[in-house]
Amino acid sequence: MTRRTWIGWQFTAPFLGLFTMVFLAPIAYSAYLSVFRTRLVGGTTFVGLENYTKALSDPQFWEAVTRVALFLLIQVPIMLGLALLVALAIDSGRLYGAGFFRVAIFLPYAVPSVVATLMAGFLYGIRFGLVGSINEALGLNLPDPLAPGWVLATIGNIVTWEYVGYNMLILYSGLKVIDASLYEAAAIDGAGELRIIRAIKLPALRGPLVVATIFSIVGSFQLFNEPQVLDSLAPNSITTYFTPNIYAYQLSFAGQQINYSATIALLMGVATMVVAYLFQLRAMRGEAR
Amino acid sequence: MSITRRRALLGAALSITLMATGCSGSDDGDDGAATPTTVTEADIAAALEAGGNLTVWAWDTTITKVAADFQTKYPKVKINLTNAGTGNDQYTALQNAITAGTGIPDVAQIEYYALPQFALAKSVADLNTYGAASLDGTFTPGTWNAVHAGDKIYGFPIDSGPMALFYNKEVFDKHGIAVPTTWEEYAAAADKLHKADPKAYITSDSGDAGFTTSLIWQAGGKPYTVSGTEVGVDFADPGSTKFATQWQKLIDAKLLSPVVGWTDEWYKGLGDGTIATLVTGAWMPSNLEKGAAAANGKWRVAPMPQWEAGGKATAENGGSSLAIPEKSANKTLAYAFLKYAAVDEGAQTRIDDGAFPATTKHLAAPEFKNKEFPYFGGQKVNEVLAESAGQVVTGWSYLPFQVYANSIYGDTVGKAYLGQGTLTDGLKSWQDASVKYGQEQGFTVK
Repeated sequence: MTRRTWIGWQFTAPFLGLFTMVFLAPIAYSAYLSVFRTRLVGGTTFVGLENYTKALSDPQFWEAVTRVALFLLIQVPIMLGLALLVALAIDSGRLYGAGFFRVAIFLPYAVPSVVATLMAGFLYGIRFGLVGSINEALGLNLPDPLAPGWVLATIGNIVTWEYVGYNMLILYSGLKVIDASLYEAAAIDGAGELRIIRAIKLPALRGPLVVATIFSIVGSFQLFNEPQVLDSLAPNSITTYFTPNIYAYQLSFAGQQINYSATIALLMGVATMVVAYLFQLRAMRGEAR
Repeated sequence: MSITRRRALLGAALSITLMATGCSGSDDGDDGAATPTTVTEADIAAALEAGGNLTVWAWDTTITKVAADFQTKYPKVKINLTNAGTGNDQYTALQNAITAGTGIPDVAQIEYYALPQFALAKSVADLNTYGAASLDGTFTPGTWNAVHAGDKIYGFPIDSGPMALFYNKEVFDKHGIAVPTTWEEYAAAADKLHKADPKAYITSDSGDAGFTTSLIWQAGGKPYTVSGTEVGVDFADPGSTKFATQWQKLIDAKLLSPVVGWTDEWYKGLGDGTIATLVTGAWMPSNLEKGAAAANGKWRVAPMPQWEAGGKATAENGGSSLAIPEKSANKTLAYAFLKYAAVDEGAQTRIDDGAFPATTKHLAAPEFKNKEFPYFGGQKVNEVLAESAGQVVTGWSYLPFQVYANSIYGDTVGKAYLGQGTLTDGLKSWQDASVKYGQEQGFTVK
């Protein structure tokens, strides 16, 4: 019996070893860091949960969380709605050149987000970009998309462009596995295209939509590349606590507050898990009904 | 191992002594315990003879030739020159290496504003051990002061940035604008230029911590007071107020181009005349020559505009030192390189390559002062810049956490450039945020 147990461990050991090393250890180390405080004067001291209570009452942290929550509530539905529309259109079989559309819409996903943001930054530039040219040519006075009030919407625009294709592909593959005989049966029953979408396609897409939404929730909470790159083009619009990840980055690399940064990172990790889990729970309950 | 331990113990003992004596500027550093660590000229010569490997972190391009020459002169020394990023990027890497305890370079380029942070944490070595105090008078007072913390010397100045007014003479002549000598005249020139050509601006400024502090410095402000771990931040002093009031006029009248510094667009503006002046450090000429080649022959250099008519006050902007991380494995050899690069042959090599020196001897040399710059229409630019070096207002100090303070400048003062509040408001929130950070980091903040 001991022999059997040992063999079992042996088979899982390579996975467990790697899992511990690259997954559990960093989390454990962050947790360890988060209960200390290192100061420029006075060195390192054990502070228990002080970093956590500090984070929960830190207005900059909450501003960052609120910002990504707002982003999540507005950008994700728009992006997934567009992805759904495109997936249904390509799947409808009535689109000329469906293969081309599929690749063309997916292509932005292959562009690294740093490059995508730089491209967008030049497009939105009020003095040198497309917006500037439109203003000049038509004598308009369009607002600066990189001004503080607009920059979050601009980032939403960039992220949507990047990820519509990716989400479309998830949904499209969900549509592809629907048994064709269902469509035949529906057609015999006299159902139109809209009816087929409502009665067959959308219910079948529930699973893929849940997956795509969870990916998007995680993505929103981890927003980093786009604002970080835009910071060099519009330094006064992107604060050092624009998103939780940017805040954590600033704390550890500019402020040398590695302990507090680890706390913020852990809190955000937990928050993301909770939100994703709650969403999944709700989606599942809907399915059971 | 025993040597390492002894050194560690000694270091601990030393730092305890330092803490005990505090910041009262005690001059009894020559007590018996410290004597064994003192490295003599003979030791340095022996280290050069023995040779070894040196890792140097620097982004300054003039160091490349210095390193090559050094290796030719001392064939047993092998220098591994690394560009670990410019400014903040490098400090982050350096800080990480020091925290991790591995991958620490033997020599690192550190700007004056960042040096106190490393000095405070004792991450960089006190060069008194190697007899650096004997170099008193070798460097300009401003730069020599900048590498000091109390009696301790934490680096050697390799360049300096006494400020001057760089202006595009062609643009000024075209619109009949006189070269401003005061900040009032500067504002008037800004207005006249922008009215004459709506695309042209007197300068670009979207908020730059280094520029702000330099102008306050010139105005006689001393917002930062540092005495050991006691720190004061006060942006309500007369110098800061002078700056905030005057510069606010330019922001309100929309006379500053919002182009972000050091971007391609910025260089384009410097080249095509839409950014007509720059008030910046003496290291700028070679940057203009390379970055704004289109304006070849059009730029000139004039003394920095003054806060009082007829005044002769300037400030430093930028400039860096070479320092030796405390945990370097070969500090004696590192010191030999430092001295070579900052004082001896290396200093001249760097000047020939376009650097602006921090050494008084080189600043006064006729061939330096009389050098004509074709880019500046044959003007003897160094005459103006060297004069500025001698007029730097004394007594300025940066915070021991200036790197962090500068990183949050955009969150606070930066807003004023977008029309959200005034510079005075922005400086106040910058002050508050700096004070908060200082307290969190264990400083006594007044």
